[in-house]
Amino acid sequence: MTSGFQASSAGPACTSCAIYNSANLAKLGVETGDYDYVAAVAGNPNTGKSTVFNALTGLRQHVGNWPGKTVARAEGGFTYRGLGYKLVDLPGTYSLLSTSNDEEIARDFLLFGRPDVTIAVVDSTRLERNLNLVLQILQITDRVVVALNLMDESQRHGITIDVRHLGRELGVPVVPMAARKGEGLPELLEAVEQVATRQPATSVRRVKQRNAALERAVATLSDKLGQAFPGLPNTRWVALRLLEGDPSTEQAVRDGTLGDLGRGAAEAGSARPTGTAAR
Amino acid sequence: MTLDELGPDNRATVVALEIRGTQRRRLMDLGLLPGTEVRVDMTSPLGDPTAYLVRDGLIALRRSQARAVHVEVRDGSERQ
Amino acid sequence: MSNAHLLDQAAALRDDLPADFQDGIVESIYADAAAISSHTVSRDSQRARLTADRLLDRALTHRVWGFAVMGVLFFAVFWFTIVGAAAPSAWLYTLLVDNGHAWLRDGFVALGSPAWLTGILIDGAYLGTAWVTAVMLPPMAIFFPLFTLLEDFGYLPRVAFNLDRLFSAAGTHGKQSLSMMMGYGCNAAGVTATRIIDSPRERLIAIITNNFSICNGRWPTLILMGTIFIGALAPPALGSVVAAGSVVTVAVIGVLTTLLVSWALSKTVLRGQTSAYSLELPPYRRPQLWRTLHTSLIDRTLFVLRRALLMAAPAGAVIWLISNVDVGGTSVAAHVVGALDPLGLALGLNGVILLAYIVAIPANEIIIPTILMLTMTLGSGMSGAQNGVMIELGPAQTETVLIQIGGWTLLTAINLMLFSLLHNPCSTTILTIWNETKSLKWTSLATLLPLTLAFAVTFLTATVARLAGWV
Ligand SMILES: Nc1nc2c(ncn2[C@@H]2O[C@H](COP(=O)(O)OP(=O)(O)O)[C@@H](O)[C@H]2O)c(=O)[nH]1
Ligand SMILES: [Mg+2]
Repeated sequence: MTSGFQASSAGPACTSCAIYNSANLAKLGVETGDYDYVAAVAGNPNTGKSTVFNALTGLRQHVGNWPGKTVARAEGGFTYRGLGYKLVDLPGTYSLLSTSNDEEIARDFLLFGRPDVTIAVVDSTRLERNLNLVLQILQITDRVVVALNLMDESQRHGITIDVRHLGRELGVPVVPMAARKGEGLPELLEAVEQVATRQPATSVRRVKQRNAALERAVATLSDKLGQAFPGLPNTRWVALRLLEGDPSTEQAVRDGTLGDLGRGAAEAGSARPTGTAAR
Repeated sequence: MTLDELGPDNRATVVALEIRGTQRRRLMDLGLLPGTEVRVDMTSPLGDPTAYLVRDGLIALRRSQARAVHVEVRDGSERQ
Repeated sequence: MSNAHLLDQAAALRDDLPADFQDGIVESIYADAAAISSHTVSRDSQRARLTADRLLDRALTHRVWGFAVMGVLFFAVFWFTIVGAAAPSAWLYTLLVDNGHAWLRDGFVALGSPAWLTGILIDGAYLGTAWVTAVMLPPMAIFFPLFTLLEDFGYLPRVAFNLDRLFSAAGTHGKQSLSMMMGYGCNAAGVTATRIIDSPRERLIAIITNNFSICNGRWPTLILMGTIFIGALAPPALGSVVAAGSVVTVAVIGVLTTLLVSWALSKTVLRGQTSAYSLELPPYRRPQLWRTLHTSLIDRTLFVLRRALLMAAPAGAVIWLISNVDVGGTSVAAHVVGALDPLGLALGLNGVILLAYIVAIPANEIIIPTILMLTMTLGSGMSGAQNGVMIELGPAQTETVLIQIGGWTLLTAINLMLFSLLHNPCSTTILTIWNETKSLKWTSLATLLPLTLAFAVTFLTATVARLAGWV
């Protein structure tokens, strides 16, 4: 992974990336028309998701310096090296485990919309807190790119992050960036393309439950789920949710909509099989 | 002692959360769980809520909630 | 095929797990996160926050300075809006209303257009649209960017932090203040913003009370009343300050009403526990000046303006029609106004204002032009205006018309400001409330409660003013 930040010469390096960038990137605005892949932008509130979304699509989603600014899903499009992408800007969420109305939109899209790539936007000044969500996302999909945003701020805070090491630990590409200045965008596009078009990484970090009994229960139930719904990608996650008694997951099992997850990915994008979360 | 009793600029470690259900989950999602270090940053001019530094984030909690978070003051807490 | 056996199996496995296994799930993830970050992050100091941020927060959440700065900032935003909008508004007025209208009208007449067509299109639809543009565009083009700069800087969560005690006492969620602040732009947006509140009970309170955050459709009414009736009471040099002060006062009454109504709701129909509240305070960030100007000018301002125009054109046509279609020798408008007059006067308003509010249910933006037009048409005839022609007046003449023809007093102006603050949400907002709640009951309550309150309060002030002999 190359990075303007690690090379610590962000300024000059990026004058050239703007040119490099514009050669292959076409911002399509709301025109998503025909697309090859669906990419979702997810992350904690106020980490720069909408800024990344705007930079890629050329749209002007409202950006505001407070958590909760984006409460609905926004869609836009871009093409990169001849491939069309539909990009979805999701409301911020701290976790996929417990959700309010806006967070539910994000969770349902990641779980049931089955994006081809999930761009996890991370605040580099609060890495530990942000990794909580990233690790949860990694449990439901391995097609993830981590956008390590706000690198300009973490530099001002005197924080250094070993990006390569982080990438190895997580098992997915990590791209340092400062989305507001457009820094790191070319590398992000590159990584998104790589994840969208190639076989996903096999070494993705999966959190092991530290409680042995729980780990066993998850494994057992996950096997059963795999038999009942062949092709279901994230059986461990679903098993965990069932053990917890999550109502919307239970509903998806009961009425069989869970099985759809194994099939068509992009088409399921707008469908929301669970409207049944406890209200 | 509980989090609401923590003095300004004192560091403490969370030992237990005395709430259940979704509220407990929410606090944990914010990074507030047993073992986490917290610190008072500032208090609202009207006396409540108080903003705490939790894993580098600044999070405001109302007193009624902070009361449910049991903490232990750490040795060597700095004084301003 | 049933998958119920999977659920049974899950339940059986759950029974074998320790009681606190759910905590274990989160703890495992965080333990992993902590391990990863300890291997990858190094910092050259133990400071958790920038000193500048801490110092700024000390000031902006200070017992005295915090509130002083808050007051000054919001006052400044309104003052800039009022003062800055005056000249461009006057210019647009001359261009679009005075000259543009005459020019278009002559053109239509020259082309041999029948009187009714010229009436509906030019005297109705065009003039309504031109008026709204001239009056609304400049203040919005100033207000939105200023507000967005505050938002971009990270100030809004601090306001929420400073005021939370009040919201807590009213039994509401701490994030209600954030959805309120969105309501100052547009109530429909404010209602959507309540999604950040997890508890259904507290979210409903936030939805129902969002109406008391004055939306941009109502600012022009308040600013105009504040300028020509209240600002005029002060010596000319202080006029704009007093006018801004009166508008801020109405906004503050709005906040108090929000708190009061929230409190009443949480003690009656929406009783329940106050739920957990956690608000993350972001670091301060330098606002992006150009981007902000661009976004708020192109997107917000033009978006809102387009909506206003879409509403103003048909409303202008409707007003022209009801003023020109006669039943039994008197226009429809005159009949309706006559019927509404007793109620209107009891509220310290008049029949014209009430009719204007009925015509303006789709959009509050067109209240003032409607009132002016009806007043001149139905007035004693001294103005020589054609029936249903939207007014071609600047603020100075506006005052003359309202006082001399409409018989307005200071009470009328003040009660119009109060009515504008309190009355029912516009149709777009009502639709949004329906979409968010999918409940007839709550949508009706959110519509009728403010309306009832508007009637009650204006009736009260009118009665007190009359008993005290002020009018
Ligand atoms: N300094 C800096 N600020 C950024 C960067 N990216 C986003 N921001 C700011 O962070 C705030 C939140 O951005 P936004 O895109 O609305 O975040 P979202 O809530 O995740 O969608 C805004 O004030 C942005 O201007 C960045 O790379 N550097
Ligand atoms: Mg956003």
